[in-house]
Amino acid sequence: MSSEKLSFDYSKSKTLQLKLSGDWQLSAGLPSVNEVLAQLDSHADITEISFVASQDFKWDSAFISLLLKLSSISKQKNIRITVQGLPPQVEKLLKLTPAQAEKIIPHKIIEESFLDGIGSRVIEVKVTIFSLLNFLGDIVLAFKRLACGQVFFRKDDFFAIVQRCGIDALGLVSLISILVGIILAFIGAIQLKLFGAQIYIADIVGIAMVRVMGAIMTAILMAGRTGASFAAELGIMQVNEEIDALKTLGVSPVEFLIMPRVLALVMMMPLLTIYADLMGIIGGFVISTGVLGLNPVEYSNHTITAIKLSNLWLGLIHSFVFGIIIAVAGCYRGMQCKRSSVGVGEATTSAVVTAITAIVIATAIITFVCQIIGV
Amino acid sequence: MEAVIEVKNLDLVYDDFVVMRGLNFNVNKGEIFIIMGGSGCGKTTLLKAMIGLNPPQKGKVLYAGVSFWDGDEQGRQNIMRRFGVLYQGGALWSSLTLGENVALPLQLYSNLSGLQIQDLTLLKLGLVGLGGYADFYPAELSGGMRKRAGLARAIALDPDIIFFDEPSAGLDPLSAKMLDDLILELRDNLGATIVVVTHELASIFTVGDNAILLDADSKAAIAQGSPKYLLANSKDPRVIKFLTRGKSKEPENEKSQ
Ligand SMILES: Nc1ncnc2c1ncn2[C@@H]1O[C@H](COP(=O)(O)OP(=O)(O)OP(=O)(O)O)[C@@H](O)[C@H]1O
Ligand SMILES: [Mg+2]
Repeated sequence: MSSEKLSFDYSKSKTLQLKLSGDWQLSAGLPSVNEVLAQLDSHADITEISFVASQDFKWDSAFISLLLKLSSISKQKNIRITVQGLPPQVEKLLKLTPAQAEKIIPHKIIEESFLDGIGSRVIEVKVTIFSLLNFLGDIVLAFKRLACGQVFFRKDDFFAIVQRCGIDALGLVSLISILVGIILAFIGAIQLKLFGAQIYIADIVGIAMVRVMGAIMTAILMAGRTGASFAAELGIMQVNEEIDALKTLGVSPVEFLIMPRVLALVMMMPLLTIYADLMGIIGGFVISTGVLGLNPVEYSNHTITAIKLSNLWLGLIHSFVFGIIIAVAGCYRGMQCKRSSVGVGEATTSAVVTAITAIVIATAIITFVCQIIGV
Repeated sequence: MEAVIEVKNLDLVYDDFVVMRGLNFNVNKGEIFIIMGGSGCGKTTLLKAMIGLNPPQKGKVLYAGVSFWDGDEQGRQNIMRRFGVLYQGGALWSSLTLGENVALPLQLYSNLSGLQIQDLTLLKLGLVGLGGYADFYPAELSGGMRKRAGLARAIALDPDIIFFDEPSAGLDPLSAKMLDDLILELRDNLGATIVVVTHELASIFTVGDNAILLDADSKAAIAQGSPKYLLANSKDPRVIKFLTRGKSKEPENEKSQ
């Protein structure tokens, strides 16, 4: 295509005349500068390049870019470029464009070796742990000031958050808990049928839901739902400099934004968990009496005697711990958010991943401790 | 003169909040057209209706005689392809470096090779004085630098029509002057038609061929014409007040005393 647009004329001695015609705009595409360079290589005596533009020659800044490239190369070869043959605006635009600026390299692109990479990862872990501890400390201090009645946050915001992480989650929690109850009942039935002890499904469903399943299922739902939204909200606020605006106003973001979120979630998690327990037991009850044919009264009595108060407490402790984990993970990742759209996405993802990982670890620890003290 | 953009009986409304009613004006080929007015009077809203972000409630916007909103999606795309827009906040894509921001439109809509795109990207960044910053992310720049990078992206494809929303806001006086010069050069040398939203008086008088002054109270355009002509000939005290930064003309003061 390019040969039609560009041809070469050597009629004047020591001069390469470029004949330009047709559409040289960026939408149409341009010949490569290498075509001219090839000509220069084959005619070593050239000392000047000049141009002839035909009537239908159309150009835009892409042509200017090409010219700049050509002129920087020909300068090295001591070849003069005369632009007389080109439209007058070309010369003006050429003057307008500054000399190629020195490239400035942002700090973080600087390459590091493999071992350096490992080292800085380890240091990063240390820094993360310290900043997380700092963050927790700030939250504890904020709660201390809350206890003394010295904090500033908007009550309306707080109730809106309570609404979002409490009542608004009920539908989802009901659905999942009922299904978990049903699943537990069916799985229990497979084994217990062998012994004719199907009534013990009531014990399995009741104890499992109240002791740990209700809390864990609620926590995983809330990590995906509320933890992620905390991280995204705070992340966007970080991007928009809203958090800076709070700081300069003398308002602590921890008090104003984070404490209400932690408080709301820690208050709502136990309530949601009790609700989830109930829903799970109902799910098990419906399946056991409706499908597996157990006696409803007997089933209820079994459930009531099976669930000890200590199980209930244990479930509540779980949910309380999970509430703290989800809220802190969400807020921490949100506050650490980098100032870009990808940053917000990363913050949200890592809030959920951090929360769920921590939830599983915390469950393992609590279960282990219970084993030791025999609850 | 050939009108590139014709705005006819345009009403700008957010839900039931009326911003402007009955706007009528033409933007001619190769001219620099200024949309001016106080803060919050609806300049950005008008711009968004013109570039096809907000459909207007009533009225038409014609590009070279073709109605923007009456056509189909493909027609709108074709018209929009000829635009370059500098948004009020820069609106750079935060996950891309400056170089990638400017290169993206070129990769989408030009026929250049990768190397040529790279050269052209550096040229455009150089034009706005950011030649060395191709590898920086928007978050690592100052507000004014982001603005200039937004400009480089707006002119990436050498558009026929360039829209600027407050190009000089956030720039120091020297950079603002450089930007004005750049706008003039773009018009003179690349033949672009330029629509500028601004309330910088200095820019209005140096670059403006034609202007429209919007007024929030009357929800209408209260003056149209070349800024210099308006300043010299307008009888409307609101127009004079705007164009003189609140100092009305001496003789009128004497008359009123
Ligand atoms: N998305 C929106 N929804 C409802 N009203 C809006 C919206 N955006 C702007 N407005 C209102 O429309 C009016 C005009 O806003 P616009 O952003 O167009 O002002 P402007 O002239 O560009 O001001 P500035 O010079 O400060 O940028 C304002 O009163 C504003 O409150
Ligand atoms: Mg605006």
